[in-house]
Amino acid sequence: MAYQFSFEAIASNWELLARGVALTVVLTAIGSFVGIIIGTVGAVSRAWTLPLLSQVFTVYIECVRNTPFLVQLYFIFFGLPALGVKLNGWEASVLTMVINLGAYSTEIIRAGVMSIPKGLLEAAESLAMNRWQALRYVVLRPALKNVWPALCSQIVIVMLGSSVCSQIAAQELTYAANLIQTQTFRAFEIYLTSTLLYLMLAVLVRKCLNQIGMRFIERRKA
Amino acid sequence: MKRNVLSWCAALVFGLHLAALPLSSEASDNALEKIGSSGVLKVAVPQDFPPFGSVGPDMKPLGYDIDMAALIAQELGVKLELVPVTSTNRIPYLTTGKVDLVISSLGKNPERQKVIDFTEAYAPFYNGVFGPEGEAVSKPDDLTGKTVAVTRGSIEDLELTKIAPESAVIHRFEDNSSTISAYLSGQVAFVATGNVVAASINEQKPNKMLESKFLIKNSPCYIGINKEQPALMTKLNEIIASAKNSGALESISQKWLHTKLPQDL
Repeated sequence: MAYQFSFEAIASNWELLARGVALTVVLTAIGSFVGIIIGTVGAVSRAWTLPLLSQVFTVYIECVRNTPFLVQLYFIFFGLPALGVKLNGWEASVLTMVINLGAYSTEIIRAGVMSIPKGLLEAAESLAMNRWQALRYVVLRPALKNVWPALCSQIVIVMLGSSVCSQIAAQELTYAANLIQTQTFRAFEIYLTSTLLYLMLAVLVRKCLNQIGMRFIERRKA
Repeated sequence: MKRNVLSWCAALVFGLHLAALPLSSEASDNALEKIGSSGVLKVAVPQDFPPFGSVGPDMKPLGYDIDMAALIAQELGVKLELVPVTSTNRIPYLTTGKVDLVISSLGKNPERQKVIDFTEAYAPFYNGVFGPEGEAVSKPDDLTGKTVAVTRGSIEDLELTKIAPESAVIHRFEDNSSTISAYLSGQVAFVATGNVVAASINEQKPNKMLESKFLIKNSPCYIGINKEQPALMTKLNEIIASAKNSGALESISQKWLHTKLPQDL
């Protein structure tokens, strides 16, 4: 084999890669935090068919889940400026991730909410819990606990999908890798490194989410 | 004995060749006169490289190079015969005498200069930074704090990365169309690309025209002619110079590239 492996290109550009990793993590963090909030609101309104809100969420979910992430990203970045809404690459990426994860997590959490038997709500009522207390302790916590593994998977999927944001010049990990590749032509070394970085990130994110799940949802000592 | 005959034959053939050589070069010495006496100027033009040369709806070639060829034929007072060529065979067409001139968005380089001669430049061909009218940017340093879109890994990316100031924000996109979209949708203030790409965008009359701000890499187009044709060379350079002065070249540039000719062409 004539190819000389050289990781010098990585060493001299580690700062760029590190910044890329940081941005990917921040993107994922904001995307999943806001996304899950949207998802929770959406799940409850859909599961309990709250008037208006449940219709709005149905339209939103159908639109987002039936279109590709890349197209949503292009629409927000290239399309919306025509309507006077100008978001830069980073803002457009965050918004798309929030919108995307919001729709998927709505459906995941809704499954959890539906899994709570009606009898439990009646029991809460007979214990003189108000509506908010019943929602929080009787519905949401067990619902989230039931679907937490599925939600974690979705967050990891969205994180890996954020590599697409490089297409609108959001400077996340894939953008950094592409940039180094154009400047040094060390495709093997760079994409191997970024693959390993994504793998590491995915494992870490999953671990963190498991901790969060145990501490805040199941209320167990980690 | 047999070998002797063979070598005689070889010598004879070789000798004939030598004798024929001065004759043929004498004939091509007067390329300008030859064009005049035949009354036809044969020009190699592109047919697959708009806006320099493409095929119109009536199957006739049209473009910057075709208009340039027509202008020269008119100045010489002869009929024009267009010969469509590809970028790989345009120089062989000239050296084998199938055409008199190559006007085919031909750039100058040392390898080509060994084989053919070049006149003065007649068309701009460059990579540069483009932006909306009225933006005062005329050199790389003016990009301080500004956003520029560029296609990742392109010549303009590599060159701009070298010359742009530290604080210029370069957004790299995957392909030309994303780069241009980023500019047209207002996501970036400027765009670095080729003047031909800019021309094809301006052709569609976008809301923000692309006006050339400064050049990154310049390799203008020249007319290619056969070697050792001083008379033709002088005549062509005269025509190009007067076309520059009279504004004839300017109007060809406006027609096909939708921009002013660069001052230093």
